[in-house]
Amino acid sequence: MDLLRSIGITEIVFQLMLVNAILGLSIYLTLYTGMFSLANAGFMAIGAYVGVVLTQNYDLPLWAALIGGMIAAGIVAVPIGLPVLRLRDIYLAIATIGFGEVVRILILNFDTLASSISGESVQLTRGALGITGIPKITETWQLLLFLVVTVYILVRLHRSRFGRAMAAIRQDEQAAATMGINVVYIKNTVFIFSAILAASAGVLKAHLTRTISPGDYGFDQVVNILAFAVLGGTSTWLGPIVGGFVLTALPEILREFKQYRGIVNGVILLVVIVYLPGGLVNINGWKRLWRRIRGQPSVIERIQQNTRSG
Amino acid sequence: MLELKKVSRLFGGLQALHQVDMRVPEGRIVGLIGPNGAGKTTLINNISGLDHPTSGTIHFEGREIHNLPPHRITGLGIARTYQNIRLFGEMTVLENLLISQHGRGRATVFDSLVFTPRFRAEERRLKNVALQLLERFQLGGMAHLLAGNLPYGDQRRLEMARALATGPKLLLLDEPTAGMNPIETEQLGQQILRLRDEQLTVLVIEHDMSLIHQVCDEIYVLNFGQIIAHGAPDVIKHNPQVIEAYLGQEEDTELESERERS
Amino acid sequence: MNITQQIVNAIWLGGVYSLFALGYALVFSVLGVLNLAHSAVFMWGAFIGLVAVTQLNVSVWAAIPLAMVVSGVISIVLDVLAFAPLRRRNAPRISQLISSIGAAILLVNIAQLIFGTQPQRFPLGSIPSDPLEGLPIRITPIQIIILLVAITLMAVLQYLVVRTRAGQAMRAVAFNQRVASLLGINSGNVFRMTFFLAGALAGAAGVLFGLAYNTITPFMGDSVALKGLTVIVLGGLGNIQGAVVGGFVVAALEVFSIAAGGSNYREAFVFTLLFLILLFRPQGLVGQAAETRA
Ligand SMILES: Nc1ncnc2c1ncn2[C@@H]1O[C@H](COP(=O)(O)OP(=O)(O)O)[C@@H](O)[C@H]1O
Ligand SMILES: [Mg+2]
Repeated sequence: MDLLRSIGITEIVFQLMLVNAILGLSIYLTLYTGMFSLANAGFMAIGAYVGVVLTQNYDLPLWAALIGGMIAAGIVAVPIGLPVLRLRDIYLAIATIGFGEVVRILILNFDTLASSISGESVQLTRGALGITGIPKITETWQLLLFLVVTVYILVRLHRSRFGRAMAAIRQDEQAAATMGINVVYIKNTVFIFSAILAASAGVLKAHLTRTISPGDYGFDQVVNILAFAVLGGTSTWLGPIVGGFVLTALPEILREFKQYRGIVNGVILLVVIVYLPGGLVNINGWKRLWRRIRGQPSVIERIQQNTRSG
Repeated sequence: MLELKKVSRLFGGLQALHQVDMRVPEGRIVGLIGPNGAGKTTLINNISGLDHPTSGTIHFEGREIHNLPPHRITGLGIARTYQNIRLFGEMTVLENLLISQHGRGRATVFDSLVFTPRFRAEERRLKNVALQLLERFQLGGMAHLLAGNLPYGDQRRLEMARALATGPKLLLLDEPTAGMNPIETEQLGQQILRLRDEQLTVLVIEHDMSLIHQVCDEIYVLNFGQIIAHGAPDVIKHNPQVIEAYLGQEEDTELESERERS
Repeated sequence: MNITQQIVNAIWLGGVYSLFALGYALVFSVLGVLNLAHSAVFMWGAFIGLVAVTQLNVSVWAAIPLAMVVSGVISIVLDVLAFAPLRRRNAPRISQLISSIGAAILLVNIAQLIFGTQPQRFPLGSIPSDPLEGLPIRITPIQIIILLVAITLMAVLQYLVVRTRAGQAMRAVAFNQRVASLLGINSGNVFRMTFFLAGALAGAAGVLFGLAYNTITPFMGDSVALKGLTVIVLGGLGNIQGAVVGGFVVAALEVFSIAAGGSNYREAFVFTLLFLILLFRPQGLVGQAAETRA
């Protein structure tokens, strides 16, 4: 523990590492199913705001807020997912970016909007400044427990019919459909679970950082979440956790170089996607990289070269 | 068993299928032949629900299926293979066969979470079916290899095994012997004949006339989206229209498979 | 607020949006990838224009082409670092989208390191800013200049793409890279040229935007990035003429929603529109149904 602290991993940093691991897993679910959805920050915002309103305005305990936030995001995910998940890759990405922005702007203007509709002065989301003074009630053991339970569910999911169908859809959606898999149902269900997981991270994080504002859930946040999954890799559930840990801890460990933090993030993302496409947690990727460094083309690259020249 | 009535499919201005009438009687092996671009794959896509007719009807066991999504059609008992192999390449051979039994399983994620007896029994059952199919298609030792790494001929047989794992009554085979050598083709013919002995109905698209003669009870000939002949293999062979359709046919399989992928 | 005034505002803002979105659309049409670092190049263009005016003491007229050239070069570097390696590997388009995000983060942070985060301004008088007199509506010379420059550049681009050999090569590659290479077209050169043009347009848009609002920060690309997405989706992804139309539509939507008293929601309108277009007309407002490059 002292060792960790000496390199900059204090308790709050560790807690944020756990939160970010959960966020990484939320986008992992959709990516694993072949859906490039970037709606996670929007659902995180919904979870955070609903959760904070429940603990602050209704004096509910954290676990109730957690459930409330998750349910809210799950409910929103249904009408969003049904139309949007018909879209593919870049189109899906753009549509979900749009969704995230609409959520952010609606939260930003919620009070004025609600006031003008109800005719009374509403003060709930408090505009651009957001909600401050939230008590820090999320504890490390709760985060650990939540993460462990999530991972157990994921492991069992992968060994179930449903989980196999997710992987099949990622590889070939049409072939999966003609193997008897209800693609629309699986995609939408996964989307909902991804939203619920993002919302839970939103609730837990809000009660760690003690303030929330709409700006916390913009496009930058989705990019961060995506970076966790890309850095760690999405071939197993371990990838996004490692990605979340590394990208949260690294800036603290390198805090002398604080002004280069953003540059390091950008470089990491670029280098990983270019040289280690499977992410950090992917043995084949490392092997391929090792062969490239030693100057031996891999079997596949040799074949590609042959076919290109032939 | 399967009945198509006046099925047409337009792609923009292109008549890929035009007023196709076709019957596949129960327990028979029906061949579908025709030059490249005739619309054979389009026909299979329409039957399996990946594509839907612009007009016309498709009935399976008396039931209208032309508006159903693919998984429902598979659930009713129609399975298919793909001309350009479409296995789940990043998964093992065994997993490919487990996935295609999706519709035959009932266990939920919750069953998996707490290891209910139902879950364990079902996984055992699915695995047994898979292993039997592997034996049957001479893929015995390969259960744990990645499907994408198999040699070509093995991938073709796995395609067929995977379709069978869905538990079909009607099997649609889209050029199952494409790229196979004559010996492999002959063996695959034996497999197809064995299916009929097990009361399966088969619609097979094929270029290889020797295979057609080996297995088919009757043949439909498609050209420019239209059925131009129908009958027993011997009769069809001497049909002047068919001979003409096949003359001047160009083989360009590379372009064709590329187009189908896009 | 009279309606003529709103139309005028919508037109010059639309000019800037179109100019920015043109580069986005160009890259998408030729390479089929979404370059989310385009807005970072836009921001760099604004800074380069600013540095040229304040440090090199050149006029705005010289600063614009200078910013365009440098932005074009930055854009080529972007291609070399973030896109070319993935192209060689035939990586999925999504990987290229992610690497462009990495490149955007990098470019924004480098700018932050060099220029700081405080908003910076063009010196007073770099460009005449008093409204023109004797008109019933308020028009400043800068607005007219912006519109003229934007329209000129769009016309030049249209000429380049449609009339020149280089433009033909670009269209051939956009249509089918393999066929183009059979015709002896060096697709690597075409990609570099595409990135240069896209970067140059973004750079010009950056300087004009900087002049119009006169606050330049490393984050000025953020709002335009997502708005630009809406513009090219409206126009039909990869449709160059569509991007121009889309730019004016989005600008009009913004201007009129502000005028209607909804200034806080104007972005919500824009993104809701984005959402609806994708669901109901993914080929864009002006495109034909069959021609989706999905
Ligand atoms: N999705 C599609 N969009 C447009 N045209 C298509 C599509 N699928 C097939 N076609 C066209 O329909 C015709 C029949 O194709 P296909 O069914 O693949 O022929 P076959 O399998 O008999 O070789 C071809 O001309 C092909 O170009
Ligand atoms: Mg075919």
